[in-house]
Amino acid sequence: MTKTGVIAGSQSWLTTRLDAVVNWSRANSLWPMPFGTACCAIEFMATAAARFDVARFGMERMAFSPRQSDVLICAGRLPFKLAPVIRKIWDQMLQPKWCISMGACASSGGIFDNYAMVQGIDTIVPVDVYVPGCPPRPEGLLHGILMLQKKIKGESVFDPTLRVEKLAGENGLFLEPAVVDELSEPFGNSVAQTRSA
Amino acid sequence: MGAPDASVTALQARFGRAVLRSEVSCGDSIVYVAHEKAHDILAWLKTDPDQRFDYLTDLTAVEYRDRERPVEVVYNLWSLSRRVALRVKIELVREDPLAVATVTDLWQGANWMEREVWDMFGIKFAGHPDLRRILMWENYSEGFPLRKDFPLRGRFSRAEQTRRALSDELEKHYSMEELSVDEAAPYLPREMQERLGRGSGGGRTA
Repeated sequence: MTKTGVIAGSQSWLTTRLDAVVNWSRANSLWPMPFGTACCAIEFMATAAARFDVARFGMERMAFSPRQSDVLICAGRLPFKLAPVIRKIWDQMLQPKWCISMGACASSGGIFDNYAMVQGIDTIVPVDVYVPGCPPRPEGLLHGILMLQKKIKGESVFDPTLRVEKLAGENGLFLEPAVVDELSEPFGNSVAQTRSA
Repeated sequence: MGAPDASVTALQARFGRAVLRSEVSCGDSIVYVAHEKAHDILAWLKTDPDQRFDYLTDLTAVEYRDRERPVEVVYNLWSLSRRVALRVKIELVREDPLAVATVTDLWQGANWMEREVWDMFGIKFAGHPDLRRILMWENYSEGFPLRKDFPLRGRFSRAEQTRRALSDELEKHYSMEELSVDEAAPYLPREMQERLGRGSGGGRTA
């Protein structure tokens, strides 16, 4: 009988911490809600297919219904036209829920620093794990998924603040307007391009 | 400049001064026409038995960086039976309201292409049955993104863009009618109407 493991006991009884067993089951049965909009979605499909096989981590069931999913994976760029769509999907997902932002475009707008594109989905929904890459290879996404599992295993069932939707105000924004502007500031090569004509 | 295209010669003979000029670029014949007569000319190009440009490959617009050059509306025509192409251009002076006559009565496929040109350039197509935005959402209010005076990142701040995007009703972005198979049913081939009517595919026929 070990005291360090998740589960300790004999054949007929066991003791464990509630957090440990709940987080263990949550982390190992994450049902993804794929929100694939671009080339990242191709890599996501490769991750789900036989060679990389995300089912090894308990994610074999793609939930195309937001109400039966645990983790929203935004794979690809998000135009403003899709912003209310992903927000509605996120609002429809039941707690507990997590979000992975896959690739440069979902995380920061990527090369699409223009009028049509959301500069990072973290201005629309809260993001738990960012996976860099353009697009990330399946190993990258798997690494992100393992990071998310690690994060889930550190959560507490008794922490109510983890499950609260924090809106910045009446306007439906998830972040303060000033923060959205700051996050969306041009970087890299696009700094040289001005906002005005 | 190559040899003048047969269609261009015929156009000049038929419409005279309404055919402003023509050129050959990379082997393609381009003809500039006066915008008041453009619809007549395009209709003639489609219906004349010697022309038969029955396929509108593309309809788009061009705005050049130098302000002096007019805005162009471009029609790429193709004759399926004769296997020849012709590019027709209309020049619109910036001072005038940017408007041309629709060609949806000639080629049904022009419908969405004209909507795209309206959406991106703000060129109106008089007589279009349903001139709404097509790529941007319907209540998009920052202007026409492909115009040269449109700033790359849009006119509003990112926070304002995000706020507007999130506060909109989804139905304003995607109208349900647009997704309806029923509405398109009369335009489907008879064979497809019957197949859908039998229930394989779930659609109903009109």
